[in-house]
Amino acid sequence: MRLPRLFIPFMLAALLLGGWEWAVRSGRADELLFPSPSHVLEWCWEGLLSGELLSATVVTVRRLALGFVIGGLVGIPLGALCARVRWINDTVGVIALGLQTLPSVCWVPLALLWFGPEESAVVFVVVMGTLWAVVATVRESVLNVQPLYLRAAQTMGSGGVHLWMNVVLPAALPGIISGLKQGWAFAWRSLMAAEIFVVILSGFGLGSLLHAGRELLRMDQVMGVMGVIMLVGFLADLAFFAPAERWLRRSRGLER
Amino acid sequence: MDSPGSPPAALTLRNVTKRFDGASGRVTALEDISIDVREGEFLVLVGPSGCGKSTLLSLLAGLELPDEGEIRLAEAPVRGPGRDRLVMFQQDALFPWLNVLENVMFGLRLKPGLSDDERRESARHYLNLVGLGLKEKARPHELSGGMRQRVALARALAPNPRVLLMDEPFSALDALTRDQIYGDIQAIFTKRRKTIVLVTHNIREAVCLGDRVVLLSPNPGRVREVFEVDLPRPRRINDPALAEVAARITESLSSHLAGGSVE
Repeated sequence: MRLPRLFIPFMLAALLLGGWEWAVRSGRADELLFPSPSHVLEWCWEGLLSGELLSATVVTVRRLALGFVIGGLVGIPLGALCARVRWINDTVGVIALGLQTLPSVCWVPLALLWFGPEESAVVFVVVMGTLWAVVATVRESVLNVQPLYLRAAQTMGSGGVHLWMNVVLPAALPGIISGLKQGWAFAWRSLMAAEIFVVILSGFGLGSLLHAGRELLRMDQVMGVMGVIMLVGFLADLAFFAPAERWLRRSRGLER
Repeated sequence: MDSPGSPPAALTLRNVTKRFDGASGRVTALEDISIDVREGEFLVLVGPSGCGKSTLLSLLAGLELPDEGEIRLAEAPVRGPGRDRLVMFQQDALFPWLNVLENVMFGLRLKPGLSDDERRESARHYLNLVGLGLKEKARPHELSGGMRQRVALARALAPNPRVLLMDEPFSALDALTRDQIYGDIQAIFTKRRKTIVLVTHNIREAVCLGDRVVLLSPNPGRVREVFEVDLPRPRRINDPALAEVAARITESLSSHLAGGSVE
């Protein structure tokens, strides 16, 4: 008999959570530092009922989505231009390489001065996290487009915008999608760092909730928020990136 | 080479020289090549690797430009790639993000003055011609190597180019598939009298397909000898008469390689 595919990960989770619950209940772990899963779930439930958790999630996801979309919309054309236009690569490409190594939370002090303690300041930090990762990956994937495709298209009379839209971008699409995925991961990291680092008055996000949990010594809250962050990330992958990647691999014969 | 009374030249190469900057300095890939390709002729460029035959094809396609000399297509100088000279590459170069029909339609879409229905119909016609009419919805990766090259052939024929350029398109196929494609190509060639230039290192293939075989010698690439092949079509690759002509060409090549190798 074959086990359903989710059986093993499910069992693993049950085993880990069960062991953890048992360790806390039997007094082997300090409840204050290491709250049991049931306590964490209880906090989540209360947070859900009071609306606090949901509103924080909405605030965070909105900032995330806005920063990610801006970063992607600017990053894809910029990365593609870097790959094809010498002087843009020598300017923007070099800056992108430098800024990519800079953790985007470093932008927080400047962002606060430039934009004030507003939504735009947080979104700016998220964009700074996403943009350069997308630029670098898209640049790479456009550079890696097989010259044979370009030659074949050129002999058939393609060139300029037509070549871009019908050959370069479709050929680079797998790389562009993994660039967006990376951009998404960086957007999360930037936003959480920013929300933990400063409290933005215009909205109370998951990072702020996590930070508040630390100040109140509510480790169940801290862990609950961590769980929600993981869940949102997991759902985004399930809803957007995984289907896009699967469709791509199937249509190009890399997966059945 | 141009005697009075012969049909007009489709492609003319005059004293074409091409050099490359390699790791060990400047290399002359082709030196002083002059060839006339007649309208409706099947010309084969054959030679050992390194004789510059693929470079010559790139020059004809306009993907590269000669350093000296000139290439003309029906009197107009070749300055870049163009729809009048379509290419079949060594690898099929089909686009994996398009299905078979869309691949064949790629070149047709760039051809002005056709409606989309006409384009689709024309693409289907050429897919039928290469025996793949039933595969139009398939993705390239679902086809065998031989089928993929057939699609590439349909894609190159569909916009009705003046000249068809083939860069060793059969070298990666197994012998059986290859023999089959030789038959198909000859059938299409006799039916439509297209001007074709094929590059290959397979001398038998050259004799099987070509009206004329141009033997190139390497270091630098030069025209060594030109052979007229007047065997009746369709030719079979195992025909003894064909093997005889091929043996003559092979001999000329090996005598050159043995005698002239003062490197």
